Amino acid sequence: MPDGSMSGRIGQSPVRVDGRAKVTGAAHYASDMAVPNPAWAWLVTSAIARGRIAAIDEAAARAVPGVLDILTHRSMRGEVGDAGFFAGGGYAGSTIRPLQDDRVRHDGEIVAIVLAEGLEQAREAAYRLRIDYAEETPAAGFGSEGAELVSAREASGGSFEDPGVGDADAAFAGAAIRVAADYATPTQHHNPIELFTTTAQWEDGRLTVFEGSQYVHGLKNGLAAQLGLDPAMVRVESPYIGGAFGSRGSLTQRTALIAVAARRLNRPVKLVATRDQGFTIASYRAETRQHVKLGADTDGRLVALVHEGTEVTSRPDPYKVAGTQTTSRIYACPNIRTRVSLLHADRNTPGFMRSPPELPYMFALESAMDELAHAAGLDPIELRRRNDTMREPIKGLPWTSRSLMPCFDRGAAAFGWAERNPAPRSMREGDWLVGWGCATTIYPTHLGAATARVTLTPDGRARVQTAAHEIGTGTYTVVAQAAAEGLGLPLGKVLVEMGDSDLPPAPVSGGSNVTASVCTVVMQACEQIRARLAAAATEGPLQGRDPATLRLLDGALRAPDGAAEPLAAAMARAANGAIEVYAENIPEGLPPDSLKKLYQGKQALGGGLEGKQHVMAAFGAEFVEVRVHSRTAELRVPRILGAFAAGRIVNPRTARSQLMGGLIWGIGSALHEATEIDRRTARYVNDNIAEYLIPVNADVPQVEVLFVEEEERTANPLGIKGLGELGNVGTNAAIANAVFHATGKRVRELPIRIESVL
Amino acid sequence: MRPFAFERAPDLAAAQRVVALSASSRAETVPAMLLAGGTTLLDLMKLDVLRPERVVDINALAGRFGGVAAEPAGLRLGALARMAQVADDAGVRRDYPVIAESLALAASAQLRNMASLGGNVLQRTRCSYFRDVSHAACNKRNPGSGCAALGGCNRQHAVLGTSDHCIATYPGDFAQALVALDAVVEIEGPQGARRLPFAGLHRLPGDRPDEETVLRPGEIIAGFLVPAGPWARRSRYVKVRDRESYAFAAASAAVALDLDGDRVREARIALGGVATIPWRAREAEAALAGQVLDEAGAERAAAAAFREARTHGDNDHKPELGRRTLVRALLEAARMEI
Repeated sequence: MPDGSMSGRIGQSPVRVDGRAKVTGAAHYASDMAVPNPAWAWLVTSAIARGRIAAIDEAAARAVPGVLDILTHRSMRGEVGDAGFFAGGGYAGSTIRPLQDDRVRHDGEIVAIVLAEGLEQAREAAYRLRIDYAEETPAAGFGSEGAELVSAREASGGSFEDPGVGDADAAFAGAAIRVAADYATPTQHHNPIELFTTTAQWEDGRLTVFEGSQYVHGLKNGLAAQLGLDPAMVRVESPYIGGAFGSRGSLTQRTALIAVAARRLNRPVKLVATRDQGFTIASYRAETRQHVKLGADTDGRLVALVHEGTEVTSRPDPYKVAGTQTTSRIYACPNIRTRVSLLHADRNTPGFMRSPPELPYMFALESAMDELAHAAGLDPIELRRRNDTMREPIKGLPWTSRSLMPCFDRGAAAFGWAERNPAPRSMREGDWLVGWGCATTIYPTHLGAATARVTLTPDGRARVQTAAHEIGTGTYTVVAQAAAEGLGLPLGKVLVEMGDSDLPPAPVSGGSNVTASVCTVVMQACEQIRARLAAAATEGPLQGRDPATLRLLDGALRAPDGAAEPLAAAMARAANGAIEVYAENIPEGLPPDSLKKLYQGKQALGGGLEGKQHVMAAFGAEFVEVRVHSRTAELRVPRILGAFAAGRIVNPRTARSQLMGGLIWGIGSALHEATEIDRRTARYVNDNIAEYLIPVNADVPQVEVLFVEEEERTANPLGIKGLGELGNVGTNAAIANAVFHATGKRVRELPIRIESVL
Repeated sequence: MRPFAFERAPDLAAAQRVVALSASSRAETVPAMLLAGGTTLLDLMKLDVLRPERVVDINALAGRFGGVAAEPAGLRLGALARMAQVADDAGVRRDYPVIAESLALAASAQLRNMASLGGNVLQRTRCSYFRDVSHAACNKRNPGSGCAALGGCNRQHAVLGTSDHCIATYPGDFAQALVALDAVVEIEGPQGARRLPFAGLHRLPGDRPDEETVLRPGEIIAGFLVPAGPWARRSRYVKVRDRESYAFAAASAAVALDLDGDRVREARIALGGVATIPWRAREAEAALAGQVLDEAGAERAAAAAFREARTHGDNDHKPELGRRTLVRALLEAARMEI
């Protein structure tokens, strides 16, 4: 993987070790993988959201030259078993299993798969396949007849508790300053540039699947469960992923279907689903409605916080994000009440999408905080300072570290916040109203059990093997940096292998846990190698030194007094050949069965806000300038700035890119992105990236990321707090707050568009 | 996508021999379609909205139909000229800024490099129900099937020129500039050449939204003539959209003004993003004629332009946005230094 001999220890900014491969096309993504003589699959998806398949006429489709087979519920029933909902201890992002009966449970459900010699033949046959539906009136979501509201607590069977403390309603009633408002966030889709693809190949009863995945071990084990296979007979390869953002975290139902198709045809089958199919065969960010009440004393100190949220989900799956877990813990407040409810509708099951709980719920809380600041006549930063706390208010647990106010202070200085005239509609440039807004951003520091194999060979090279994933964030690079640091090697001497379920398992690339979880276990493996080398250094230049004090640095084993032995010599003393270590780590505070769950491919992250002794999160402050045309109300963001503190930054270059990407996505989330749903039919209408808008370069002319130094001593030995999802959390509210400042109009429904402020 | 025959037409006669009908949308009956830039055709073929049996590449005709020429009588634009080529033309930018701006603000750089002017004015609507064949009801795609956008998701849909059968918005920008400047479209057909006022090219949807233009079978747009006039230099295209680039107009206005001091001798106004066809706002022009062009005058004109607007729920904001867009365009054009 790496080329050259870049230095790249932890904290330095080497360029991505896989950057060249990516920009030259040498990096092969799942659908690039060459398999012998593949057949092509084309999905046929439902044109209704609820009902049943009344009739299928395959004649015209089968008449298309090259068609090999057409799979429908009539031929596939019973082929695919239940892998269980991931949040209930299973594997699947949705338990709606297509082709297992004649029911249609959401728009765009897979109702047939055409298999053909060529892609275009499969596509044409799919067009000619005639499916008649017995349609029933679907419930699209909020306001739809037939949608079913349940509390999250009830839906979880009592395992979910709405966080709360004190008597929030009484305290609110008696508060000197009060704000109460309703907020809404839309359905949004990940739209990773790499489409949802699956290639399945059987060899001697063994199944290999090439698919972009954020959790190859989960996919492997889930597939085995669905197909009744020994997990050892399934391998998932996913060396590069063209964006994921949560959409590839849990298994989707297409994979097993393609595997069955390949088994039936006795040849590899390749599927590249279309962009619009990606809206319905995978997950998305759930639409929410929220209500927030904040009560404060005359100094702006919170005395009451109420946050209620309702999230749309599918009929069968109790998917929730419950961002109240976060919003109830950020600010000091003695009286808090929260409640999360689910609205079951005829929709596909939503799922994780970058900052799943925080993005929608922090939009509401941080908008309400801005409303409170305005009501109290306080600067919004000062309001947050008065409510800053080193202990979360629900259980009174300490934050392991928290640099929220340093982030606000540093960001405010860089942004020029002091120049802000606090009066709404007071700033203007030409025909444009100018508004400045800010908001808190937070992302919990999640950790997972992880394993890795590190091999040091006598030629001074290291190989790191761990089934982590390169979802575009730079994981190959930061894992290489950890090994380079741990073994005292230049980055170019470290080879990292990931994205293959035959490798030692690593956790799901979700919850921003991977840098911390995987670098920690890699460093442990390196430490074991160092210990073996140190223990063997009983003669030669290091004779007589305490082995515990010896360090691997710059290609040598070194003592504090300057004595050193070149690595090759130290290795010759310790072993006749390579030294290989297989390390397993359960982060402190996670249950002992975390490792077992990892080997089973279950999702078992911990840490964050769930701790018993302490809570941990990365914080930041985001600042935006919004311009709104005084006549025609276009909204633009000429500049955005975020100041972030996330413990030790492993690679400032890739970290900065992650945070920039988050800020940019935050702009899109606030101003552009919404999946439009026809409320009559519960169908997605703008299911393409021509009509589902995301920012273009002209929308993000100036994006600035600042790091605030922070020492984290508790979360993990390296002091890392994940920051992959930190960037987009505060942006929605910061923009809404800036829009209020620019126009005097408070917009509480995303996205904020021309008609919101016209 | 089904198999189709692809051929290159070496000359006009060859193209016309194979093209029966290139402007209507009755997809299943279209045996052949012309390919110039391909930026709309290929999209719609991939979506199965258009399924021609033959695709005839007419780019070899660019030598004859691809030029840009400024003549004393006006501007001559070949139908195969590329959008970027015209947008970047120094003479067009100086003497017909509304044309250059309407082209430069459209699409993306990559699309502007490919797309032809003739294809651009025939660009099909972006109505999501039209572009997705899994929606059964679309009178434009499938006559008599109904209109899913009425009562559906219609934020981007038209408020002017609609009917009970179709509210799809004409999506382009350049056509508004042509309409405003009283351009003439030159057409080559099996029965010979003819000329039409460009404003007469597109048909209102009425009860036949599938028939979008008056082009007859086998006819090809050869070019456009934009007459020179005292208003052409003081012309402006204002496009309001959800993002800064690469988005269709939420509302747009093409205006050209002939001023006598602060008084309007003649105003030419066309509206985009709000109407089913490139929309000439003659009521607004009449409201301005002879009047002082100030804020109040511009607002009176804008009110006149949208007096007949009909909204459908998600697009309730469009008349107000359209009015403000027009006011902005008029005032900006009045301030131009020419």
